[in-house]
Amino acid sequence: MVNRQKLLDLYFLEARAKMVDLAAFLDRMDRAEGECDFRLTALLKAFEELRHSGGTRAERVLLALSDPTTAPIPAATSKAACGAWPGNP
Amino acid sequence: MPSMRYIEPHAHMVSRVTDDYQAMVVAGCAAVCEPAFWAGFDRSAAAAFHDYFCQLTEHEPRRATKFGLPHFCWLCINPKESEDVSLARDVIALIPKFLEGKNVLGIGEIGLNKNSRNELKVLEMHVDLAARHNQLILVHTPHLEDKHKGTRLTLDVLRADSRIKPERCVIDHVEEHTVKMVFDGGFWGGMTLYPGTKCTAARAVDMIERYGGERLWMDSACDWGVSVPLAIPYAALELRRRGHSAETIDRLVYQNPLHFLSQCPKFALPGGAGERPA
Repeated sequence: MVNRQKLLDLYFLEARAKMVDLAAFLDRMDRAEGECDFRLTALLKAFEELRHSGGTRAERVLLALSDPTTAPIPAATSKAACGAWPGNP
Repeated sequence: MPSMRYIEPHAHMVSRVTDDYQAMVVAGCAAVCEPAFWAGFDRSAAAAFHDYFCQLTEHEPRRATKFGLPHFCWLCINPKESEDVSLARDVIALIPKFLEGKNVLGIGEIGLNKNSRNELKVLEMHVDLAARHNQLILVHTPHLEDKHKGTRLTLDVLRADSRIKPERCVIDHVEEHTVKMVFDGGFWGGMTLYPGTKCTAARAVDMIERYGGERLWMDSACDWGVSVPLAIPYAALELRRRGHSAETIDRLVYQNPLHFLSQCPKFALPGGAGERPA
């Protein structure tokens, strides 16, 4: 495995660009009119996981955006996933 | 010819143009494996699946052969069409006669999509089919918010059937929140290098460095969506950028899928396979 300096050389600019994109997305949402849905709330909540150290941020972000229930749903009413769990209806 | 060799264990070539075959072979692809999947629309009858299975077992291998590329396939009704249990039952009844096909590796990609009761029933029917015919299993795990729950439910189904051997099942599309439960259960894991909704090459290398490279493969799952048929060679480049040796890269992109897929005697590559010639 390469060291931290090498990882910065490999990925810093890419990570920086993604962060600016994310900030611009949130600014865009601020400027737009209309109601938000659960997806933005879920995304903002998932950001909190970035504060944790210990090498599990990706896992924690994915879990924050996941359906935490365990029982099968009665029936599939759509095919698509949207990327965040809407919560109990 | 390229110095790198790799096996593409999961690609939906029926959705790709012929140029992709050419590019894959030039990049070092030694074999391509195509699971049955959703066409992007629901098929109206079992007869449509009959035609699709003919395409996977007869037509597509011929298309690949034009480029000297061995083509293998997996058969099933995809989880996205599993809500209709009656249709699924009719389709599953078609599969046994196709299992004799010389390029058929097993049952897949089966699993769950929205984690519904009917999808679970159809998954159990597929698992029973695989067990009765001693077939390898390729599992699709759900997308995005449904993946973690769906992976747990799927592993429960596989563990509940005592005829199923975990080392003969690959659980595909693992990510950071599901990979550990797959390995802990003794299953193989597939990391899918697919833009936006699955895994990047950098994250795949992270998981390899964290969990080791045993019982693991990478695939592109390229299909009719925005996807990358050369995702595995790009991931090999990422491994090299991260300091991994040529031997490690060869093990991850060639030896590992070869090891799993060779559990099916039909997975034979021209000129033999295994250690790289000196």
